[in-house]
Amino acid sequence: MVSEPVIKTVHLDCFFGAHQVLRNINLEIPANEILGIIGPANSGKTTFLRALNRLNYLHRTYSQSGEILLDGRDIRQISDNLLRKKIGIIFALPQVLPVSILDNVAYGPKVHGVTNKETLARTVEEALKRAYLWEEVKDRLQEPAVRLSGGQQQRLCIARTLAVGPQVILYDEPCSGLDPISTAKVEDAMQQLKADYTQILVTNNTKQASRVSERCAFFLMGELVEIGPTHDLFTYPQDKRTDDYITGRFG
Amino acid sequence: MPNNSSESIASHAEPRRSEAGMLASVTRWRRKIGEPIIELCIRLSGILVVVFVFLIFLFLLRDSLSLFRQYPLRRFLFGTAWLPISEPPQFGVVPLLLGSIYVTLGAIVICVPLGVGSAMFIAEVAPKHLKNVLKSLVEILASIPSVVLGFLGIIWLAPVLRNTFHLSTGMCGLTGSLLLAFMALPTIISISEDALISVPRTYREAAFGLGATRWQTLWRIVLPSASSGILAAVMLGIGRVVGETMVVLMVTGNAPVIPRSLLQPLRTLTATIAGEMGETVGGSDHYYALFAVGLVLFAITFTINLVADLFLRRARK
Repeated sequence: MVSEPVIKTVHLDCFFGAHQVLRNINLEIPANEILGIIGPANSGKTTFLRALNRLNYLHRTYSQSGEILLDGRDIRQISDNLLRKKIGIIFALPQVLPVSILDNVAYGPKVHGVTNKETLARTVEEALKRAYLWEEVKDRLQEPAVRLSGGQQQRLCIARTLAVGPQVILYDEPCSGLDPISTAKVEDAMQQLKADYTQILVTNNTKQASRVSERCAFFLMGELVEIGPTHDLFTYPQDKRTDDYITGRFG
Repeated sequence: MPNNSSESIASHAEPRRSEAGMLASVTRWRRKIGEPIIELCIRLSGILVVVFVFLIFLFLLRDSLSLFRQYPLRRFLFGTAWLPISEPPQFGVVPLLLGSIYVTLGAIVICVPLGVGSAMFIAEVAPKHLKNVLKSLVEILASIPSVVLGFLGIIWLAPVLRNTFHLSTGMCGLTGSLLLAFMALPTIISISEDALISVPRTYREAAFGLGATRWQTLWRIVLPSASSGILAAVMLGIGRVVGETMVVLMVTGNAPVIPRSLLQPLRTLTATIAGEMGETVGGSDHYYALFAVGLVLFAITFTINLVADLFLRRARK
């Protein structure tokens, strides 16, 4: 890890009201890495992810302390809109908007001020291709996006995020509602995107983490218990709690 | 389906019957006699509502037809003068219909932007405590009796309008429109707000996640998704405006002439019925003419409610 980390958190604490959800998280994520985050429910994985692009602040009671750096710059210095453009997120359930396939993908660029029709069309096509969806939808771009299957919808969400031109992509249990074949397609898309993006994958599925990620972090009850190369973490976990979790003794 | 469920209930009840005979016989009585009675009552009350609406319609139709035996339907529908006590009397509904349409359109122009805007503020922008205060205020607004509004209209609003627009009288269509807009606001606000709130949270998160601002999310995502519900709210508000009587009777000047602008005195369908019913002789042409006016009104409100219902049904899908 010679290069400057794309994302770095320093003493990150997160609260919902008086309840502390994350404790002292210190993490560095280098460029083009796929970082897996595993851990049982309520361990703070999703909160961590949403802290990175400040989506947590949609809850009125949320507060946090510590620093999050994007390319060495404190994210508090970046506006919400620009930050979320740079750090895109894919949710657990595909959140397609009730408009056409084309408009779903074009929505992001539009809110960031792209109005030229040709530019939009090119961006949409490019994004759909990168999300491995273009071949399946190129003849039905005007159809409502809700008609797509679950797996297609999730890849549409990935395309939508890509169309904004992010630097980092967050995945919040992206395959929890998908069948194995759709899951495989989403994972393929992630591998292909590795060349250009830094990706963080929160998953309940330890197998998925071991398949996809290069490094893996284990969260438990708001703490970062262990982080390391995925292979090492799954074969020789340093902490007993990690061992217990990945061997299925709890969680 | 009903077969299935009754079977499954029966199989559940089986062991209990052998355990306690008394309890079982009570249960059996309930199922055999009690439930059909309750079902019958519910069904009856449902049917009664339909019967009432139908009877009202029949009644209106019967008395209206009594007019059309004496007075041609064409002259009623297209007549441009409402002179019920001149000799011979003229029962042209056009001035009244236009009066209703003018006042209603005026009210819509005022209350739709205001109502939808307030709903957006309450549902999307206002902090929680303010939201609760506003919601109860809207309910209070709905509970102000129309005669009180009419009174305020006469003593306060009408003089203000007269002085502002230099009119000979402040009792005109605009006064009615303003007050009616006020009356339709609670309906429009609360139903639009429901529609906005029921837009799935995921749409908002998706939009925010892409870096959309609050306004972009509201304008491009939330509002279009709630549009059917908002349209239904508007239609129901209009229904209320068209049917409202007391306010228009009090403040619109009661001149049954074809209005050229909202700044003139005019008279609506509702105000005509309410104002003239006390002065007619039962069974006279004038008496039946008022029923015919009622039938026109019924047709209008029925259509509006039907359209609103279609929108609401689409919104639920």
